[in-house]
Amino acid sequence: MVRRERKRTGRPRGVVAATAFFCALFLVPHLLDDAWVAVLTLVLFFAFVGQAWNLMMGHVGLLSLGHALFLGIGGYTTAVLLQDYGMTPWIGIPAGALVAAMVGAGIAWLGFRFSVRGVYFALLTIAFAEFFRILFSNWPLIGGTGGYFLRVVPEDNVPLLSLRGGADHFYYLFFVLFLVGLIVSARLVRGRIGMFWSAIREDEDAARALGVRSFRLKVLVVAVSAAMTACGGGAFALMNGSLFPNTLMGMQMSIQIILAPIIGGLGTLFGPFVGAVFVVLVLEFSRDLGQTAGVYGLSTLIYGLTVLGVILYMPEGIWPRLVRLAQPLRRDR
Amino acid sequence: MLLAVHGLTKWFGSVKAVRGIDFGVAKGEIVAHVGPNGAGKTTCFNIVAGAMRPSAGTVRLDGIDVTNQPPEEMAARGLARTFQIMRPMAGMTVLENALIGPLARGLAMADARGEAYRALERAGLEDKAESPAGLLTLPERKMLELARALSTAPRLLLLDEVMASLRPAEADRIVALLQDLRAEGLTILLIEHVMRVVMSLADRIVVMHHGEKIAEGTPADIAANRTVIDNYLGRRGAQ
Amino acid sequence: MVELYLKVAAGGLLIGTVYALIAIGLTIIFGVMRVVNFAHGEMVVMGMYLGYALWTLFAIPAIPAALIAAVVLFGLGVFLQVTVVSRFVGRPQHSQFILFIAFALVITGLHLMLMGPDARSVMAPISFQTYSVGGLRLDAARVQAAATALVMILALVAFLRFTFIGRAIRAAADNPLGAEVVGIRSGRVYAVTAGIGLACAGAAGALVSPLFDAQPFLAPEFTLLAFIIVIIGGLGSLTGALIGGLLIGVAEGFAALLINPAMKSMFSYGLLIAVLLLRPAGLFGGREAR
Repeated sequence: MVRRERKRTGRPRGVVAATAFFCALFLVPHLLDDAWVAVLTLVLFFAFVGQAWNLMMGHVGLLSLGHALFLGIGGYTTAVLLQDYGMTPWIGIPAGALVAAMVGAGIAWLGFRFSVRGVYFALLTIAFAEFFRILFSNWPLIGGTGGYFLRVVPEDNVPLLSLRGGADHFYYLFFVLFLVGLIVSARLVRGRIGMFWSAIREDEDAARALGVRSFRLKVLVVAVSAAMTACGGGAFALMNGSLFPNTLMGMQMSIQIILAPIIGGLGTLFGPFVGAVFVVLVLEFSRDLGQTAGVYGLSTLIYGLTVLGVILYMPEGIWPRLVRLAQPLRRDR
Repeated sequence: MLLAVHGLTKWFGSVKAVRGIDFGVAKGEIVAHVGPNGAGKTTCFNIVAGAMRPSAGTVRLDGIDVTNQPPEEMAARGLARTFQIMRPMAGMTVLENALIGPLARGLAMADARGEAYRALERAGLEDKAESPAGLLTLPERKMLELARALSTAPRLLLLDEVMASLRPAEADRIVALLQDLRAEGLTILLIEHVMRVVMSLADRIVVMHHGEKIAEGTPADIAANRTVIDNYLGRRGAQ
Repeated sequence: MVELYLKVAAGGLLIGTVYALIAIGLTIIFGVMRVVNFAHGEMVVMGMYLGYALWTLFAIPAIPAALIAAVVLFGLGVFLQVTVVSRFVGRPQHSQFILFIAFALVITGLHLMLMGPDARSVMAPISFQTYSVGGLRLDAARVQAAATALVMILALVAFLRFTFIGRAIRAAADNPLGAEVVGIRSGRVYAVTAGIGLACAGAAGALVSPLFDAQPFLAPEFTLLAFIIVIIGGLGSLTGALIGGLLIGVAEGFAALLINPAMKSMFSYGLLIAVLLLRPAGLFGGREAR
């Protein structure tokens, strides 16, 4: 089912491919028009947040269906600190990450303390996410259901200080987030902690019998995943300029977050990106098609059918399938 | 006594699986628990290893009360165990399986690799180090269970039916390994059905039946004890 | 004042019976296959649209419409089970989750295409009738919906108790994923189970069509409602689902009366969290642990 990726250092082909890939990503704003840049920004956003979710599910086997909660915490913390307290997102985003990490750790602590497992843990994450969504919807200070709006970017805006700007600016913001997320994930997963996480995913009882302190390691992964997701939420809020509990923190967003890594390939480092490309492109394409045809609901139908097709025919995800396609070339290592 | 268990009792709902058992294991000794299925051996084991909480009774390791300590704590105190149902971490390589223990002891990655490799060598799995643990054969899985337990550098090794469903030649390999380990000073507590192995390996045997200890002694004592033969050995012999 | 409370309690019990039918559909599928139908709410909405269409096109009232919806959804359940879901039994949860999310998207897409995004309400005379029971005035539509739901639940219980396939389903639920051991062909058991699960959702949907306006986006709320009931009652337990449904029906009514209506579902989620943490087997389910 979930497989660890083999380390690829020292393999020229992989290094060349990765370098070319990141260079291409870096050049995107110079090559494509704003509409495409916006689409690819969304891809990077879902790739980054999917990566964060994947740490929990793909590497430790903890299924969260309520990740929109952390997105919301990050988004609202960043936005409120900026708007009402005049704090730069350079402080706001880390603050949001910290709050999300604490909330995540709290939920994890409760869940694991009472040994809530499997599908019950997934339902617990939904319950917390919905609980907070309704709380935020009824919180007048942050606008409730009506939403919270950031003031227009001032004339003398310095993007590097305010982290706000145009399409290209946000593209690079998410590009950096995605890169940092990838590096942090890779370092965690391939190090000592990652070995313990894998052991817990494979068999928690056996891991504990070998001396792995699974409780705190599981709480840790939830906190890290929540913090990363909250960073994505903060940047997302800056980009949109408006926040609504029902869209930012709703069940639909939680589903959207987990589609990319599952479709791309669980427990892999590049799966979430591949999945995000797929999900966002299919979404955009079906939306265009639906609008052209003028049929309401067609886009949802196409989107659903595509997801169905992937889960039916590539249950372990697109990226592992791609890797296997490239594999015969280097079987003889 | 390295391990001293006193008055151990475990209820499962209204069933008393273990009824006030006392036993001990001295340093460097091999003690075997025998008895029919459902006698409470594995339950005792799980309690000692911290995987289950007893309803009553105490477990002492080196004189320190470790009752109710979680399994990871017991591992840190030098106790290692195998599982009756083998649990290789199938998505990881054999070497990675053996790497968890040393890493959990706090060794640096390079040292941990060395330790893991040595543990695999003892179990004769060094050639399989890079293959996925899920692809091992049944005897290899047993050896991996052992290697993983050894990789934690234990003082006390708990073995739950490691010989079961192995061919005699394979079982003899494990017996030889266990004898080597004892010679190096390791203390071993094992559950075993294969009486040939128990008789040749154990210094002392504890016979359990219906959650109670019905006899204890050297292999010679046990062989001479009629109750035991009637209750357990005889019945198994008749099978 | 007392009369108001009584009315709310009675109304809660009535709608709670329909909720119970929805929840039973979810719980029976989980009990037998260990699969969580995350598209359950979509199936309920499908039943609502069927109820709406049958009334608008053929003037068929809710009770016979519920029977028709049950049959249609039973067929859909068997079809989906045989063609797709069977392959996902025993697969990891996230995989099943995505499958049902895909179902939900497809069904919602179809709903939007066929019925549009606007609310559709049944304009039947029954919507304005009331029954008077011992001085309490109760909506006729609610009473009829609850009575029909109760009859269906009882019929289902009888089916599970007295027919061969019903007993096979119960055996499978006692020993999930292991029905083959007792010599039952699990494929058929699973198909019938899926059919029943969806039939419950569809029938309940048709029954509430005179009460709530049908809308595609109601679906997630029904799904989450069913979850809350099922978890509170104990995942996999029919009795638990019934009691849980009544409990939630009444609690919802009082919450809407006594606290801010917008916050009432927060109360439900708070309860869900508490139950998950403290009694993961549900308040009434003893058998199954985490």
